[in-house]
Amino acid sequence: MSNKVVHALYDDDDVLLSAVKTIRSEKHHIEEVYTPFPVHGLDKALGLEDTRIAIMAFIYGCIGLCVAVAMMNFIMIDDWPQNIGGKPSFSYLENMPAFVPIMFELTVFFAAHLMVITFYMRSKLWPFKKAENPNPLTTDDKFLVEIELHDNEKALKALLKKSGAIDVSIIEKPE
Amino acid sequence: MYTFPNKLRNLAIAFMVIGFLGLAYGFITAPSTIEEAKAMVASSHGDGHGESHDAAPADSHGEETSHAISESHETSSEEHGTTSHEEGHDTSHDEHLFHQLSNKPWAALYVAAFFFFMISLGVLAFYGIQRAAQAGWSPVLYRVMEGITGYLLPGGIIVIVILALSGMHFNHLFIWMDPEIVAHDKLIAGKTGFLNLPFFLSRAVFFLTGWSLYRYFSRKFSLAQDEANDISNHKKNFRISAAFLVFYIVTESIMSWDWIMSIDPHWFSTLFGWYVFASMFVSGITAIALVTIYLKSKGYLEFVNDSHIHDLGKFMFGISVFWTYLWFSQFMLIWYSNIPEEVTYFMTRIEDYNLPFFGMVVMNFIFPLLILMNSDYKRINYFIVMAGIVIILGHYMDVFNMIMPSAVGDQWFIGAAEIGGFLFFLGLFIFVVFKELTKAPLLAKGDPYMGESERFHY
Repeated sequence: MSNKVVHALYDDDDVLLSAVKTIRSEKHHIEEVYTPFPVHGLDKALGLEDTRIAIMAFIYGCIGLCVAVAMMNFIMIDDWPQNIGGKPSFSYLENMPAFVPIMFELTVFFAAHLMVITFYMRSKLWPFKKAENPNPLTTDDKFLVEIELHDNEKALKALLKKSGAIDVSIIEKPE
Repeated sequence: MYTFPNKLRNLAIAFMVIGFLGLAYGFITAPSTIEEAKAMVASSHGDGHGESHDAAPADSHGEETSHAISESHETSSEEHGTTSHEEGHDTSHDEHLFHQLSNKPWAALYVAAFFFFMISLGVLAFYGIQRAAQAGWSPVLYRVMEGITGYLLPGGIIVIVILALSGMHFNHLFIWMDPEIVAHDKLIAGKTGFLNLPFFLSRAVFFLTGWSLYRYFSRKFSLAQDEANDISNHKKNFRISAAFLVFYIVTESIMSWDWIMSIDPHWFSTLFGWYVFASMFVSGITAIALVTIYLKSKGYLEFVNDSHIHDLGKFMFGISVFWTYLWFSQFMLIWYSNIPEEVTYFMTRIEDYNLPFFGMVVMNFIFPLLILMNSDYKRINYFIVMAGIVIILGHYMDVFNMIMPSAVGDQWFIGAAEIGGFLFFLGLFIFVVFKELTKAPLLAKGDPYMGESERFHY
């Protein structure tokens, strides 16, 4: 199995999108696309699976809600009941309206932070990690499509040129 | 062009007839004397509102008894002034009861009339926002929205007629309209500069005129744009929509104080206008979704795709959450500060209206939240219709909870008059809206954003 890949560079997101569609319709396997910003509709054009992070967000939110309920119950009811505004301090339910903002905030807090952490883990990102992008231009204004090569160099190159690539190069990938 | 199907027309007329009979029954069975009122309550006690009494209120404060005293003092002084309170409590109570029971069919009529009027006003605001924002996704729905706002003028006239009848003392919905009460009530007397009948009615007429004028011109420009070669009509529509939105948010606030909050003239809440706005906005958007899905199921609106439904679903979801935010904000501040003249509002609702008060939170918040949270479900008509029907009924309950406690106290009951009122105005609403839809092509083909809207996909 060769570890040669083709790098095709594009300078417009609409051209990239239509190029991705042509490349995929010609049954070439796109390894990865590097873009300077999220391109709307690219995930569908690439045929990526739908993200499941929404499900995780819901679960994280539920965890946050439970933590808030348990936390306020411990702080304000069990451990140190306080008389605030004459409200009864010995029943969680009767004090519940006062805790709703905290329940809401912790729901959002848990959902947001755990979602970001999940995203980092799934994307294999961590602090001080070396950047994976093969061409620094993709952090500026260019788009790069990486395609696996199987002895079809000429046809693929022609196809990429036709699809609007401004530069096509063959790269030997170090393992 | 859309033709009003006979089946739907007959259904609308049937709703109106059944609703009219229900309302008529409600008015006929309302007591005409204090003795009748006493007899009615004695015979039906226990089954009517029994369950709402023993359901313990969630916020029974430490000083509940003192509240209960100030509360009963409050309500009785609302009706009769404070003079006869000490002596003859029994007779004043019976008279109070009589007023509540004779108010009941009127309140049922008013709740339903206001609710369906509010839907079309909410749609008008939504339409104005789409126009002013030059939205690219929604022009395919303009004709549906214009159809629903067709109910604005007839619905508004009915509401104003009911208000005028209250002013002529056909009922006691607005106690500040009774000079006897104002004379004995310092709080209301202090508000007569604003709450007096001529000013009240002229405000109402002024508001409705303003909204209807916007509706009239916007519709006119929208129709003219269909045949136009340039986009001058579109630009005019943009300008008047921006102006309308400013006018709307001010007048809508004042309208909510006038038409709803003044039913309980001792009580006030500064975010009430927003609260009513959220309610009308979400019911309006839901009505757009339901009418759109209905028309689509009959083979019309072939240019509306599931991305448009998805966007309406997002709005239904988002504004439901927004409504809950305002509902809770209003509740929590008043609950926490526990000032007697403010907290009576929620005391009566939690004690006497426990089921509708918390039931509507389930219908307006928890159910739409859970069912519309999933992105895919917002594209499935079945889910939108299911959530939509619950939201519409939930916001009817919301208006019910705003008006009934001050109008009929603990004598509420969802009976012939309430269901009849709902059905009557539902029938009228369907009749007027679908009649209006037949008057113009369902595609506003001249709109410069129509291409974008037809290609819209998510």
